[in-house]
Amino acid sequence: MNLREIVDQLQLEVKANEGSLSNEVTGGYASDLLSDVIANAQEGDLWVTLQTHQNTVAVASMKGLAGIVLVNGREPEADTLKKAKEESIPLLMSALPSFELIGRLYKLGVPGMRT
Amino acid sequence: MRVFHADLHIHTCLSPCAEREMSPSNIVRLAKERGLDVIAICDHNSAENVPATRRAAEKVELTVIGGMEITTQEEVHMLGLFADDSSLTAVQNLIYSHLPGENEPEIFGEQLVMDDEDRVINRHRRLLIGATDLTLDEVVQTIHNFGGIAIASHVDRPSFSVTSQLGFIPDGLGLDGIEVSSWSALPLPGDLPVICSSDAHRSGEIGTRCTRFLMKAPTLPEIGMALKRINDRRILTGQ
Repeated sequence: MNLREIVDQLQLEVKANEGSLSNEVTGGYASDLLSDVIANAQEGDLWVTLQTHQNTVAVASMKGLAGIVLVNGREPEADTLKKAKEESIPLLMSALPSFELIGRLYKLGVPGMRT
Repeated sequence: MRVFHADLHIHTCLSPCAEREMSPSNIVRLAKERGLDVIAICDHNSAENVPATRRAAEKVELTVIGGMEITTQEEVHMLGLFADDSSLTAVQNLIYSHLPGENEPEIFGEQLVMDDEDRVINRHRRLLIGATDLTLDEVVQTIHNFGGIAIASHVDRPSFSVTSQLGFIPDGLGLDGIEVSSWSALPLPGDLPVICSSDAHRSGEIGTRCTRFLMKAPTLPEIGMALKRINDRRILTGQ
């Protein structure tokens, strides 16, 4: 499944890099500790978080993540937006809280673990 | 120039997670017993036990620096150390205006403001253990705007540190230094000055880890110079 389909189905707001929505999403990861994401997220994951700091973009780029979804309607900080554009990392936002959003992603077929 | 032993991160009974024995006069007595020259009082998001601790130290040779351990929106703990009390109070009041919630003592612990004879003069009502809605950048800038020194707390720990919350120290943050819980954490990546402190929440922990500064006097401006290695002042890394 690509990001475009997820954005449409879950009515995510695209904050940066509309042009990269063809990114293939192969899984999902949820964490608000960036050290944990560095250790455990996998390439192609869509990352669900409430952290809005610009380091999220660096971590997503380093790990080859498909994109970042901010939850609870949290707006990215200005330098986070700028960095997302520089690094071509899709930055999305949902009004939903994490648990609800992750449940809906799972229903759409985004797996938490690859078997 | 001489060597001064400093433990720049000590909580008092104002922090809900600290024990009641962390009272102003106890802290001063134990700091002296353990050979410290300088301590900094850094409670979570408040500095209300700084005046009493300073008064308790008036009759002994011990410098008490006023500070706070501020919790950023990302739940990063950041030490702010201030040379003058009006700046400390101004920053404290600003932090209060960005700190939601009320403490529930039976859940989080008591938040005792004491006088210099360890009498309880107030029970602070804000949720000091909570996070402010200020970003890491805003907190560092606020500390600097008021002439303070900004040191990232316990970067070697897996919780509430800039490294646990944000993976690594962002470029251009402008930190004056980073704190480790143990000198064995060295070497660390990057070239920021490193201090080691106890982060004492219990009386037994005061001074168990500290930083040796080579400098002219036991003052915060001298510590600032040592962090920047100005005029031969410096940190003597290691135990």
